[in-house]
Amino acid sequence: MESAPENTIPYQVQLEDIFEGPMDLLIHLIKKNEVNIYDIPIALITRQYLGYIDWMKFMNIDFAGDFLVMASTLAQIKSRMLLPIHGPEEEDEDPRMEITRPLLEYLQIKDAAEALYRRNLLGETTFIRPSSKADYPMEPGDQMVKVGLFELIDAFKSILENLSEDQQIEFTPDRISVTDRISELVDLLEDKGSITFVELFSPKPDKSQIIITFLAVLEMVKLHLVRIVQHVQTGIIRLFYI
Amino acid sequence: MTDNIKNIIESLLFVSETPLTIDRIKSVISTEDTKGIRTVLEQLADEYESRGGGFYLGEVAGGFQIRTRPEYTEWIKRLIQPNPQRLSKAALETLAIIAYKQPVIRSDVEHVRGVDSGGVLRLLLERKFIRILGRKEIPGRPLIYATTKEFLQVFDLKDLKDLPTLKEIDAFGNPTAEDVIPPGPERTSPLVEETVEQEEAPEETNGKNP
Repeated sequence: MESAPENTIPYQVQLEDIFEGPMDLLIHLIKKNEVNIYDIPIALITRQYLGYIDWMKFMNIDFAGDFLVMASTLAQIKSRMLLPIHGPEEEDEDPRMEITRPLLEYLQIKDAAEALYRRNLLGETTFIRPSSKADYPMEPGDQMVKVGLFELIDAFKSILENLSEDQQIEFTPDRISVTDRISELVDLLEDKGSITFVELFSPKPDKSQIIITFLAVLEMVKLHLVRIVQHVQTGIIRLFYI
Repeated sequence: MTDNIKNIIESLLFVSETPLTIDRIKSVISTEDTKGIRTVLEQLADEYESRGGGFYLGEVAGGFQIRTRPEYTEWIKRLIQPNPQRLSKAALETLAIIAYKQPVIRSDVEHVRGVDSGGVLRLLLERKFIRILGRKEIPGRPLIYATTKEFLQVFDLKDLKDLPTLKEIDAFGNPTAEDVIPPGPERTSPLVEETVEQEEAPEETNGKNP
């Protein structure tokens, strides 16, 4: 702890964007010290890691609890390295593998992420002809407003009113779940881009289908999957895939 | 006749807003000749290639699309203002995890990255690079994520199999040039040496037994 300031000052410049989490910090320390990832000098790395955390405290930087979890993992590995090895030999794995394995996986993903970024990105290095239509097909002068919950409920009611009497007490044993319905709607929206509220329902829907669909729509709005707008004049509600 | 078909397909490619699939072409020109269409598409791609013009025929997201050559990016960017919403490092990492390990739940992503990833997932959902497949039937019923067609389109991938193989990481944390050879652990620590020997021992006996 006493040596913390000396240990940590060199890292402060990169604080903002480099150390997004404990894994990034560990990778930085390993690269900086040029140590072998399969043979991490755990005492040295733990000391520098804790020094860094102390420095963050000292600078009053809010850091996530994830940093502390990693610190305790490091400390635990360090203490396990000190214990004599006994018991059946097959079970003795280098305790440091607990940290090496996730580090390798993370480095692999970081590399994959860079490789993705180096591809010919659409809209970045390669382009297609822009769609001739605007965001969605609209008559000039058409206007849309954001739809509120009550407009949705009204629309829901009018769908319910179309329900024929004889269907109202029917139980369908294999009802589709909200999740499945979301997936279906996403497929539909991916295909069409936008869809009117009425089109969501089959011409003669049964009650459970209506409810499930309605719940699915609400869930999708909550998840920011769709944007719902209503035409000012016609009152038609339309869902757009975001 | 073949020339005619070629012209028709080329005109379809020109107009289509999304990568044009062979199935779509088949239904438009009502034919079942998959092989013929593929041949025409290859011919067109070759023609564009030998002509060396401003665009090429790319195979992306299960279809074909006319795209501009990367060399001319700078000029295109002077003409139109693409929305420069570059993905952050965090978003790219998260996207890579989902792309390579899908279907995944949030905790899978956070396990690899070691940090909260909720915000990044939301951003990727908004950008339509990932979608929700459903909920996993485990406590908390977490959402299951997977990549979208949009992801394939933007990242210039034919399909998910087209993703480059993950590279092995060497002892100093750098990706190796070859992506298949697993790195041999540096045997400097007695502990590592022991585990390696134990791993090798059963293999030897297995080799002798049959």
